[in-house]
Amino acid sequence: MAKSAPKIGVYICHCGVNIAQTVDVKAVAEYAATLPNVAVARDYMYMCSDPGQDLIKKDIKELGLTRVVVAACSPRMHEPTFRGAVFGAGLNPYLYEMCNIREQCSWVHVDKAEATEKAKDLVRSAVARASLLEPLEDRYADVTKAVMVVGAGIAGIQAALDVAEAGHKVYLVEKEASIGGHMAQLDKTFPTLDCSACILTPKMVDVSRHPNVELLTLSTVKQVSGFVGSFTVTVHQKARYVDASQCTACGDCAKVCPQRLPDEFNLGLSTRTAIYQPFPQAVPAAFCRNAEQCLGSLPLACGKCLAACEKKCIDFDQKDIERDYEVGAIVIATGMDVFDALTLPEFGYGKYPDVLTSLEFERLCSAGGPTGGHIVRISDGEEPKDVVFIHCVGSRDKAVGNEYCSRVCCMFIIKQAHLLKDKLPSANVTSYYMDIRAYGKGFEEFYDRVREEGVRFKRGKPSEIFRRKGKLVVRVDDTLLGKVIEHETDMVVLGVGLVPSEGYRELAQTLKLSLSSDRFFLEAHPKLRPVDTNIDGVYLAGCAQGPKDIPDTVAQAKGAASSAIALLNKGKVKVDPIVADIDENVCSSCHICEALCPYQALIYDEHKHTMTVNQILCKGCGVCPSACPSEAITLKHFTSAQIDAQLEALLARDMTETSEVSDRVPSQKVEA
Amino acid sequence: MADFNPTIIGFACNWCCYAGADLAGTSRMKYPPNLRLIRVMCSGRIDPQFILKAFKEGADGIFIGGCHPGDCHYVSGNYKAEKRIDLLKGLLAGLGIEPERLELHWVSASEGQIFADAVTAFTERIRAFGPLALTEPAGAY
Repeated sequence: MAKSAPKIGVYICHCGVNIAQTVDVKAVAEYAATLPNVAVARDYMYMCSDPGQDLIKKDIKELGLTRVVVAACSPRMHEPTFRGAVFGAGLNPYLYEMCNIREQCSWVHVDKAEATEKAKDLVRSAVARASLLEPLEDRYADVTKAVMVVGAGIAGIQAALDVAEAGHKVYLVEKEASIGGHMAQLDKTFPTLDCSACILTPKMVDVSRHPNVELLTLSTVKQVSGFVGSFTVTVHQKARYVDASQCTACGDCAKVCPQRLPDEFNLGLSTRTAIYQPFPQAVPAAFCRNAEQCLGSLPLACGKCLAACEKKCIDFDQKDIERDYEVGAIVIATGMDVFDALTLPEFGYGKYPDVLTSLEFERLCSAGGPTGGHIVRISDGEEPKDVVFIHCVGSRDKAVGNEYCSRVCCMFIIKQAHLLKDKLPSANVTSYYMDIRAYGKGFEEFYDRVREEGVRFKRGKPSEIFRRKGKLVVRVDDTLLGKVIEHETDMVVLGVGLVPSEGYRELAQTLKLSLSSDRFFLEAHPKLRPVDTNIDGVYLAGCAQGPKDIPDTVAQAKGAASSAIALLNKGKVKVDPIVADIDENVCSSCHICEALCPYQALIYDEHKHTMTVNQILCKGCGVCPSACPSEAITLKHFTSAQIDAQLEALLARDMTETSEVSDRVPSQKVEA
Repeated sequence: MADFNPTIIGFACNWCCYAGADLAGTSRMKYPPNLRLIRVMCSGRIDPQFILKAFKEGADGIFIGGCHPGDCHYVSGNYKAEKRIDLLKGLLAGLGIEPERLELHWVSASEGQIFADAVTAFTERIRAFGPLALTEPAGAY
């Protein structure tokens, strides 16, 4: 390439004191000015601010810069900002190089001299790379005007409703037979004591009746391909064995079903039949049949329900189906599960029937629950006279691998203590907590009210639950009194924390989403991009991203929906121009690259007798150029020449610094 | 050898390890300043020639970070990196370079602590090895 030498502008950001306190910013700028091709080097307090960006624009115009390097934060943070600034001054945005001296230098090192030295090396490397940058043209692709929402709890329902209301098609995917999620299992919500079903059910009906929403129950996401704006999602839908459009949920089939099985909706506290409706308000309002539990499969042994169904909507021969859906955006609203209390055998859950989880207790409180809302001991059906609640079971506990606070359990327990006092005013209610976290709107006031109702809150960490003379005994280290006490009681409720919903890891791998250390889905930025993910066009809503209560879930769902709507309304998305390119004169058509490409983007051209790149399919990973024995393949923006230049610049220091170091690079001397 | 300050070159994939390194920074975790990281989109982009070149030009150790198995943003680039590095390690031994001077580590975007710990341990390992002394002109590879 016969081009005149590039004119590079280098800008070193102080980032207030974030960089400047560990890196001598002025020294780095002075050093940068001495590097080859550098026309100007400046330092500035906040490069990302308007005046900072103007500095770059002004220099591009006045000094005729052809490349720009900003040494500041991570490119994951502000690369788009500075690309925009460079573009605004008429330069191709890909002639900009970002040098990370904050996240990977000033913030992780202590010694100022060493950090400054490292920053200089990184700048030298960035300048070397910038010299070889080439302009690239952004490409644009159409956005499919449809959204897939995965998970139909309150988060998914809300997101689906908002997208549908904006006029776009929504596929709402739910793995269970009914939408509604965990909120459908709740009796009351804190702190307003709204009836959960009363506020959720209308939304469930709305979403199912919306002309823009297609409900896919008993369905899971199998595979996802494509990219922002045009994803292809393969959904596996299990057979319901009941025609949901015909079923009137009359229940005649269940009346004759001889099977009795634990009812999942009531967490096994009641039974259901093999053909069943998950709960009375289920949407779609149709029965479903569990083929493994049904006696009527092969050979046909029972079949009583077939005879009982007047509308003949039961079909034992229905098959699972798999279908592809084309969507522009995906909202992940897969929610959470509760912590498995069996993990902590010291609490006797599963051993003593009167040790319940908080979600089981919620079902006991519910009028639609196994006892019709009557709070009784599971062991003998008697009303408990003394009940103990235990906070932070499976939360804030490194031993079980859940270091995080589940955020909802304190208020959940306070609400349940209230419900208990409401139904059984004479019962003694004690709550053992580590810290009470009543941080939300109206939470502290509600906590006060429940204390005044006579619920005792004691600071202590229970260590063990055992049975003595027909009574449950909670051994607890009272951290305020500083002694171990034994509390005799009739019933214990374990305030179990929240964990990611089952299948989260498979979904993360299918979509290539990152997980945070708590195993919930990782947002793109913890403060400023809480609904975005590392994958453009995939958004998070609700507990899939981390434990949260209903209002926070709804707010995030609306945020995810609005991000998806904005994308769909824009109609076009920018596609990264970082793709592979093949020099057809060099390619020896060995086909090595063909087998390596995970996107089948490398295609043999029989007429030219060379490999070619389909640049729409290519995602720019760079697996092929690293394997090409003829070096015929170039990955744009990450060319071998650019990376070599970075390497040489990073290691160039050692050749000049000390004799001890230069002695061990004989190859340089031999070549000379 | 305690005052030996090794030169360490790193390659990190954009999606997992580089993001993990950023998180180490955001969380103000500390690690030795010897590492110089080069960002690539995928660990599958790391041509073994980059590694040989880095050793040739004076790197004492090379740290490579990619996504955990199954998590690769580009489906399988990390597996390709792993295979290439396994093969290359055999070659390094033949060139008189301790294979342990090359490390591949899986670091997810949320594993800032793991990144900081891995870099610290690797730096100390290379410090213990001492400077890489190539006796032959390595230009012949």
